[in-house]
Amino acid sequence: MPIIHHPDDATLMSFAAGSLGEALSAVIASHIDLCPRCAAEVRQMEHVGAALFDGLKPTGMSSLTVASLLRHDVSVKAERTETEVAGGIVPGPLTRFVGADLDQIPWKRLGIGVWHYPLPLSPGVKGDLRLLKVAPGQAMPEHGHGGAELTLLLRGSYRDEVGTFRRGDVADLDEDVEHRPVASLDEGCICLIASEEKARFRGLMARLVQPLTGF
Amino acid sequence: MVQLASYTHVPVSACAHGMTSSTSMADLLQRVAESGDAEAFLKLFQSYAPRVKSYMIRQGADANTAEELAQETLMTVWRKAALYSGEKGSATTWIFTIARNLRIDRLRRETPWQELPDGHDEEASADPSPEELLSQKQRSARVKSALAELPADQHEVVLLSYIEGLSHSEIAERLQLPLGTVKSRMRLAYQKVREAVEDLR
Repeated sequence: MPIIHHPDDATLMSFAAGSLGEALSAVIASHIDLCPRCAAEVRQMEHVGAALFDGLKPTGMSSLTVASLLRHDVSVKAERTETEVAGGIVPGPLTRFVGADLDQIPWKRLGIGVWHYPLPLSPGVKGDLRLLKVAPGQAMPEHGHGGAELTLLLRGSYRDEVGTFRRGDVADLDEDVEHRPVASLDEGCICLIASEEKARFRGLMARLVQPLTGF
Repeated sequence: MVQLASYTHVPVSACAHGMTSSTSMADLLQRVAESGDAEAFLKLFQSYAPRVKSYMIRQGADANTAEELAQETLMTVWRKAALYSGEKGSATTWIFTIARNLRIDRLRRETPWQELPDGHDEEASADPSPEELLSQKQRSARVKSALAELPADQHEVVLLSYIEGLSHSEIAERLQLPLGTVKSRMRLAYQKVREAVEDLR
């Protein structure tokens, strides 16, 4: 199945500019690992950054010698690192946190038919990043947006008012969109969810105290 | 690193100035990659470090930090030159992405999830052909002119995003605009860039 739901161009630009927050950036990096189309867009958007960078007025560097610059580096020749091979079930950029196999993740139960695995963000960073596993036919436990939020489907699928989301698809929704995704009946879904605001997921916890109904 | 010895006492500021074309920048990068050519590196340093410094200042760094980050950016260029593939983009884009990631890591103290362009999804040719270099030059020129022709309100949000490092919500707050307006200006700006380079892709 081709990827049909892509992030907003504005979101990709912010990623290319380096001004998208860490949690949201993790989702975009994982998506472009699976989506050559968006990877190419991001490369193009980096050329925009380079053009703006190129137009900056230079600021003089203080006097220094190449010796002081290369002093610690004379023995270090250019590195050649192995190119990572994409295609594992876990997108390349995520593997350092969760390994390569979604089945090996030590899921924690959040509520009925819902498990999660929070991923670490840098100290002091606002936002939230976690994997969410939802049982077949179960409604996704959260929605109604307060800040920017991105969801990347990694396994299975879910359906909401916008359509069906499968592996590689990203839901990049405006904050005023109300939707209620339901995981597919045959295999449920696993997704990576990033949120700009920490508070979003406190709401999630509170909501899960009550049984999920209404789908 | 034999050739390094003859440059160790040359003050960077004493060397000839003047911007060279992006093609020869790519060529310099190639020389650094292939033979650790310190003279080529020196020219790259002179050309790029002062603008990386400006970039870091615009991103909120004080002058000393900006200078350190400019040096570190160029040292990363030195170390990683072998990963640069001329086919993937211009030397300037590659160096921009290094500076961007360093800025995320040091100034924002966040993990940069953005990868450097490195031939990951394409077979990279070690020596870009003259046609490839020409199309890089054309693309770079067209991106610049498309940006120059943007309406002021679109140019402003693009600049705030790329050069000031503001998120969409921060731009919305700064300009007292709805978030949706910021995002649509970004999209419109990019559409014009995309149209300008469509036939080169």
